Amino acid sequence: MSTTNTTAADSRPRGKAPAGERVADWADGRLGIYSLAKANMRKIFPDHWSFMLGEICMYSFIIIILTGVYLTLFFHPSMNEVEYHGSYIPMQGQMMSEAFKSTLDISFDVRGGLLIRQIHHWAALIFLAGMFVHMMRVFFTGAFRKPREINWLFGFLLFALGMFTGFTGYSLPDDLLSGTGVRFTQGAILSVPIVGTYISMFLFGGEFPGDDFVARFYSIHILLLPGIMLGLMVAHLILVFYHKHTQYAGPGKTNQNVVGMPLLPVYMAKAGGFFFLVFGVIALIAGLFTINPIWALGPYRADQVSTGAQPDWYMGFAEGLVRAMPGWEINLWGHTLVLGVFIPLVVFGLVLGVIALYPFLESWVTGDKREHHILDRPRNAPTRTAFGVAWVTWYMVGLIGGGNDLIATHFHMSINAVTWFVRIAFFVAPVVAFVVTKRICLGLQRRDREKVLHGRETGIIKRLPHGEFIEVHEPLSQEQLYTLTAHEQYRPAEIGPEVDENGVKRKVKGTEKLRAKLSKGYFGEESQIPKPTVEEYKEITSGHGHH
Amino acid sequence: MSSQDIPEENLPVAQDTAHGTVDVADEKHPFADPGLPPHEHRIQDIDERAARRSERTVALLFTVSMLATIGFIASYVAIPVDKNVYIWTLGHISALNFALGVTLGIALFCIGAGAVHWARTLMSDVEVADERHPIEAAPEVRAKVLADFKQGAEESQLGRRKLIRNTMFGALALVPLSGVVLLRDLGPLPETKLRHTLWKKGTLLVNQNTDEPLRASDIAVGSLTFCKPEGLDEHDHGFQNEIAKAALMIIRLHPEDIKDKQELEWSHEGIVAYSKICTHVGCPISLYEQQTHHVLCPCHQSTFDLSDGGRVIFGPAGHALPQLRIGVNDEGYLEALGDFEEPVGPAFWERG
Repeated sequence: MSTTNTTAADSRPRGKAPAGERVADWADGRLGIYSLAKANMRKIFPDHWSFMLGEICMYSFIIIILTGVYLTLFFHPSMNEVEYHGSYIPMQGQMMSEAFKSTLDISFDVRGGLLIRQIHHWAALIFLAGMFVHMMRVFFTGAFRKPREINWLFGFLLFALGMFTGFTGYSLPDDLLSGTGVRFTQGAILSVPIVGTYISMFLFGGEFPGDDFVARFYSIHILLLPGIMLGLMVAHLILVFYHKHTQYAGPGKTNQNVVGMPLLPVYMAKAGGFFFLVFGVIALIAGLFTINPIWALGPYRADQVSTGAQPDWYMGFAEGLVRAMPGWEINLWGHTLVLGVFIPLVVFGLVLGVIALYPFLESWVTGDKREHHILDRPRNAPTRTAFGVAWVTWYMVGLIGGGNDLIATHFHMSINAVTWFVRIAFFVAPVVAFVVTKRICLGLQRRDREKVLHGRETGIIKRLPHGEFIEVHEPLSQEQLYTLTAHEQYRPAEIGPEVDENGVKRKVKGTEKLRAKLSKGYFGEESQIPKPTVEEYKEITSGHGHH
Repeated sequence: MSSQDIPEENLPVAQDTAHGTVDVADEKHPFADPGLPPHEHRIQDIDERAARRSERTVALLFTVSMLATIGFIASYVAIPVDKNVYIWTLGHISALNFALGVTLGIALFCIGAGAVHWARTLMSDVEVADERHPIEAAPEVRAKVLADFKQGAEESQLGRRKLIRNTMFGALALVPLSGVVLLRDLGPLPETKLRHTLWKKGTLLVNQNTDEPLRASDIAVGSLTFCKPEGLDEHDHGFQNEIAKAALMIIRLHPEDIKDKQELEWSHEGIVAYSKICTHVGCPISLYEQQTHHVLCPCHQSTFDLSDGGRVIFGPAGHALPQLRIGVNDEGYLEALGDFEEPVGPAFWERG
């Protein structure tokens, strides 16, 4: 006791340390917070609008958890059928599950219940949309490269789990629309060869719909999936801190540094404030725009359905695959292979899996084992960008397929024509998107090259003494020259010599050939425009210009 | 490793050796990194009046937030939960929801806007560079960790005492089986549950809307009626499971319009009964096109021709709609002549 007092008195002769410091000292003695804060309190974060997309996801996730906890206080996850005698007059006397009834009560009797329900649902839509866009940002800038491949997978898992958390969530009110979605899921499960009927019976506690699925979806929705997601999100953030944030190329920014502003105070204020901005906007949306009006849909009945039934947007892609697939069924030896439903189920996983594994494909093709902290401009990685756009196109074709009935009714088109369009576009559109995107990227690379070598077009037309008109080009600044030439360009990998040092023909493996081929596709002559070299630049700028 | 066979020269040289931090004036490197640009002052950095204006803006935003929170509480207390208001472009919406959403939104948004404005105009915006360090450990650290691990592994004798190792792996592999076994009671086995419905010989067809048994004369040509088996009431426990399989739609055609021979045999005076449950993934079919006798499932647009054995003519469904054999009893009421001859609803592995 006395020793501590003496030391404190020694260092601060005029009295006790401020209360805040004493609390911090207390915590440090138990948690070691000073060492933790030393590395992180003034941690540098680079500034770019696209870096806040991930923040939108994180904040909407927090908002979902907060509002979700509130909803559990009032929601009854039970499929007991009851007759409604609540305050929503049009539904008086109807049979419905307790789940549906308690959702009506939340919407009409709990003050603010409707607002929280709508914030919860809107935030979920924004969460998924945010993750999609954030993932695309990471993809197109190459931020998934070493050392961030694992964080890419964490993020991907969050997106995939988010889809299922959303699905189990909107199924809980047991309304006519969501029940139809659950029926669809059950039908899809039945299509699984050999074990389909067993999975269905076990999941639903018997035949569809049974008495159990709301309670089971409830524990999956509020405990199992969000628990895993919370863990993944924390891991995701720890890795972001640990790797330090990526940055775009620019003056003073290298692969060995990170340039930006410190966490305390700037990012504390900006990111902390951004939470309130996101929450505020979602609260406003929830106050102004109705979402999922279950009172207009009515309770679920297995023999009723509404037209224009749509899942929430993030399931639309899977829905589209199912709608566009021809109804193939194979009957053999007393068994049925329901390809018409099972193939879309598999394709759904494949399409998602392709984007999840892409970073590993790219690092295999480049053979690059270095760390990358400088982001690519999408144009400077034309093949990756083209692949990404093709994937997004694929996804969007699915989404169009998922809304084929709405498109048909809104634009007065034939539903058959829309479905056939989706069937064809599923194969054709990604290829077209790939080719077009690559061309655009190469065009942009040419323009950058042009700008570096000849300067910026000023729009000023000058007439020379002999009558010729020329446009004045203004040379770029050193900063611009550096930024436009900072990217790396790979050379295509080649299959080494086919004979070894002893002149013996070696066997060239198939994978090696494939990689050389892919590498040529990525970095060959037709896949990137060479950066201007110093010699070229000097020749053009040394006075005897070509104008 | 596959990467080793890539010649080094295919990898681009690290950009820093290519460019280096060379002085701007260096004529030899026109594309050299000029280094961090000098900090440019904002108006608030040099003009204290502008800074005070920013301070007032931030304070105003925080004050608006406080007022909005008071507004939120006032709305909660004052506005009845069942009051609706008409808001232009939004239509008739709940007044309480509108007031709470708007006030909460403003209260939160203004805190955020205030904080961000504060950060952008008043807090230092000098860009700082932090060093990065490679994620990979230094070779000494790596060697030390591997050596430590090796020592630990040796001390455990796991590699040497194969009996311990193998039995441990065996025990660890078996113990999760208990958890798997516990899942057995999640539900019953499928058995033949998906093959049977409530329909059997003599069950009357009851109109879904009126709860009355149907006579053949009640059904007009071109009309669509939804039916359930007699005795099934929506207050019954298990109603949902039964109706999910037994839901029926009946239409009346001119017998000469029926193209399928079996369909004609199973009909009664042109009245045909089909399962209402789509054979794709089980949505109830609800859209009927009178002229063509087509029905369309609104979920995935499978289209069936009810004048031709319920054949699929478009969409993702894989097989025809099951038809129920019907007739009339002595009192002239429509009745089933048996259960469906094949499972209704979506196809499954055991369907055959």
